[in-house]
Amino acid sequence: MEKIQFNQLEEELYYEKLSNGLDVYILPKKGFNKTFATFTTKYGSIDNHFVPLGQSEYKKVPDGIAHFLEHKLFEKEDGDVFQQFGKQGASANAFTSFTRTAYLFSSTADVEKNLETLIDFVQDPYFSEKTVEKEKGIIGQEIQMYDDNPDWRLYFGAIENMYHEHPVKIDIAGTVESISHITKDLLYECYHTFYHPSNMLLFVVGPVSPIETMELIKANQAKKPFTDQAEIKRQFAKEPDTVATKEKVLPMNVQTPKCMIGLKGNFVNQSGEIMLKTELSNQLLLEMLFGPSSENYRNLYDAGLIDDSFSYDYTQEQSFSFGLVGGDTQNPEKLISTIKDILLQAKSGNNLEEEALERVKKKKIGTFLRALNSPEFIANQFTRYAFNEMDLFQVVPMLEKITFADVKQSASELIDEERMTVFQVAPKASANKK
Amino acid sequence: MPEEMEKVIQNAGINFHLVKTDKYKTNTIVLKVKAPLTKEDATVRALLPNVLQSGTNTYQTATELRSYLENLYGATLNGDLQKKGEYHVISISMEIANEKFLTNSEPLLDSGLTLLAEVLFHPKLVNGVFDEEIVTKEKRTLKSRIQAVYDDKMRYANLRLVEEMCKNEPYSVPVNGNLDDVDGITSQQLFEYYQKVLAEDEFDLYIVGDIDEQQVVEICKEKFQLKARTPKEVAKGTEDTNKQENVVIERQDVAQGKLNIGLRTNVKYGEDEYFALQVFNGLFGGFPHSKLFMNVREKESLAYYAASRLESHKGLMMVMTGIETKNYEKAVTIIKNQLSAMKNGDFTDQELDQTKAVIQNQMLETLDTSRGLVEILYHNVISRKQVTDKLWQEKINQVSKEEIVQVGNKIQWDTVYFLSGMEGK
Repeated sequence: MEKIQFNQLEEELYYEKLSNGLDVYILPKKGFNKTFATFTTKYGSIDNHFVPLGQSEYKKVPDGIAHFLEHKLFEKEDGDVFQQFGKQGASANAFTSFTRTAYLFSSTADVEKNLETLIDFVQDPYFSEKTVEKEKGIIGQEIQMYDDNPDWRLYFGAIENMYHEHPVKIDIAGTVESISHITKDLLYECYHTFYHPSNMLLFVVGPVSPIETMELIKANQAKKPFTDQAEIKRQFAKEPDTVATKEKVLPMNVQTPKCMIGLKGNFVNQSGEIMLKTELSNQLLLEMLFGPSSENYRNLYDAGLIDDSFSYDYTQEQSFSFGLVGGDTQNPEKLISTIKDILLQAKSGNNLEEEALERVKKKKIGTFLRALNSPEFIANQFTRYAFNEMDLFQVVPMLEKITFADVKQSASELIDEERMTVFQVAPKASANKK
Repeated sequence: MPEEMEKVIQNAGINFHLVKTDKYKTNTIVLKVKAPLTKEDATVRALLPNVLQSGTNTYQTATELRSYLENLYGATLNGDLQKKGEYHVISISMEIANEKFLTNSEPLLDSGLTLLAEVLFHPKLVNGVFDEEIVTKEKRTLKSRIQAVYDDKMRYANLRLVEEMCKNEPYSVPVNGNLDDVDGITSQQLFEYYQKVLAEDEFDLYIVGDIDEQQVVEICKEKFQLKARTPKEVAKGTEDTNKQENVVIERQDVAQGKLNIGLRTNVKYGEDEYFALQVFNGLFGGFPHSKLFMNVREKESLAYYAASRLESHKGLMMVMTGIETKNYEKAVTIIKNQLSAMKNGDFTDQELDQTKAVIQNQMLETLDTSRGLVEILYHNVISRKQVTDKLWQEKINQVSKEEIVQVGNKIQWDTVYFLSGMEGK
């Protein structure tokens, strides 16, 4: 077991790669009541085209299947694992993102038992036709809940606008229609392809003894007959640089219009330090341009074009990257043209100031420290970083290294008129009045 | 068991609550300002924290203030409002990095406390009142915040339920006030209200982190000087409990119907029976193993979420689920049946133990976050009872099946609100 020390942060991280390929990380947190653990596979909604384990041809699976699998893994022949965790005083959950599926629990007692339960339930699938059918009703309601949520529709609408082919444009839960094609056999096929320990990472954070915890995990894994697995073959269709749709308006039952400007990035196949630098630099750029201390923010706010729903965000994974800026507004057209103008000005280096960079760097460093109070943040983000061969604990040193020239370069690369799109949610003509 | 102990230092007009702990990389400051919730004042009160954060004597604009916060390593400053029973509580909170984790930084907590005092006591004034320009902008923002609820159907359904259920009680007043009352507010009026707040409201300041208690108390005493006052209490017995069961159905263009049901528990935080009520709620709808989740979702596949929660200082229990419009009757029947089952003691010892364990777990987890810790400690201010986390845990463990059935039989079904889709019309 390897011990990695972060003196300035007063944290220690323990790591071991087990013989079956599983990466295990343990971060002891003294003084906390709670232990939080995530067991994550590098498999998300975008992994819908791959060679199933033991086969030789590429296969396309229904939209939403990774998320469906996440739901179904909780159900066993003798009942629901939620119950098991409950009996052991833990609360369990799971989530599916574009690139990951994570299973997790938190508990303040019986940590060893809960940890075994977590590992065992994820490594012991039980799917039957009957329970698969039952789940379609539940997930159908989950999908409809999101269908009614205008902020979710705005977010996904902007992503959908950006991509021609890439499956990031598909809603993570799929549609009522797409999940109707899911069968137990398809679930097993996905499971066996993506849930091998060598494609997974286990992170434990809390008041635990690293040595004993690691022993427990190793003993658990030693009992299971995992053998080496060949590399997973995934395929993504060729994605053009340009956006698929420049503008789209979705009428919904809302009173306030919403708009989102998407910036499609062309940073693909990055990983490690380069990706960390690109990601942070792009985040700093958006912070400088649209953060609450910026002149742009003040102008937008004073003009009544934005309110406290305004947000900006940058996301990057191996096969896609995008920035999003927007929120509720009474004047979508004016907001769109102003934001576009700010972005294009920045591309030519006009409205960026070095002093602002120093300020937002400090902000990001403080924000990172604050995030380290959260076991959830540490486990989830560390995993995301590790899957992209980045190190979460290099965030502060990297932030300190980023120069004004780097951010100017980010502006020239991320911002491009051809790669910009606008998505709006507009009140339906006959909006319901209270 | 958490090692943290709360120290309360009483001072004229304000109590300082200190919790020393080295768990966090940051220090947390939360100011709570409490007054009874009234329709007349709610909107102007909701406007106040935003105006205070938009300009001070030293930092004349929000931009200057936000720049300063960023230079303090991204210190956060947020103002918001909560309803705690029939109190309307302003919270202004800051979280600020502990400089020992930074290379070459000045002490930050002092700067944070100084800034909070500046925001509270030295707002930007023009001709002796709040800056008209700031007030106008913040009125606009408050209006969009109130309006945003209509576009979030889950929040909207909850708001409408409370409006209908508590029609004749102050509790029906929305936390951010009423849209129609925003335009009429003037700088003068807001400023007068602000002075009234400083003179009459109940102030509690929480500081959580790796702090030098002596030093922090000295700074607080110097920076937060208020006059002594007797805080206003809300009138007791405003509950409108002698009603017939009420059903309100509203139709809108929604994909999923939102079913929200309000019940009267007739038990509030701080009362002896509250512990049994909390376990009742846990068994009924608080968790994924609870009756609502198991029956509405797992057995019948009617919903993705089906849960209940307590409004502990008001004595309400709120049930919520999202269903197909056509399943309305079916869902209401299941929920009613599950409530009866609970009242009849139809649950096993194993379920009871499991529920107690997850409630304990939830509490301990909440104590791990500085904001959660402050919220739990503040319950004692609202209820005027000292419930330590230790006592709380003991009491939860002692709750018996009989007590749960007893408290269950005090629960009254009150109002069903259904935001229905347009189907069938």
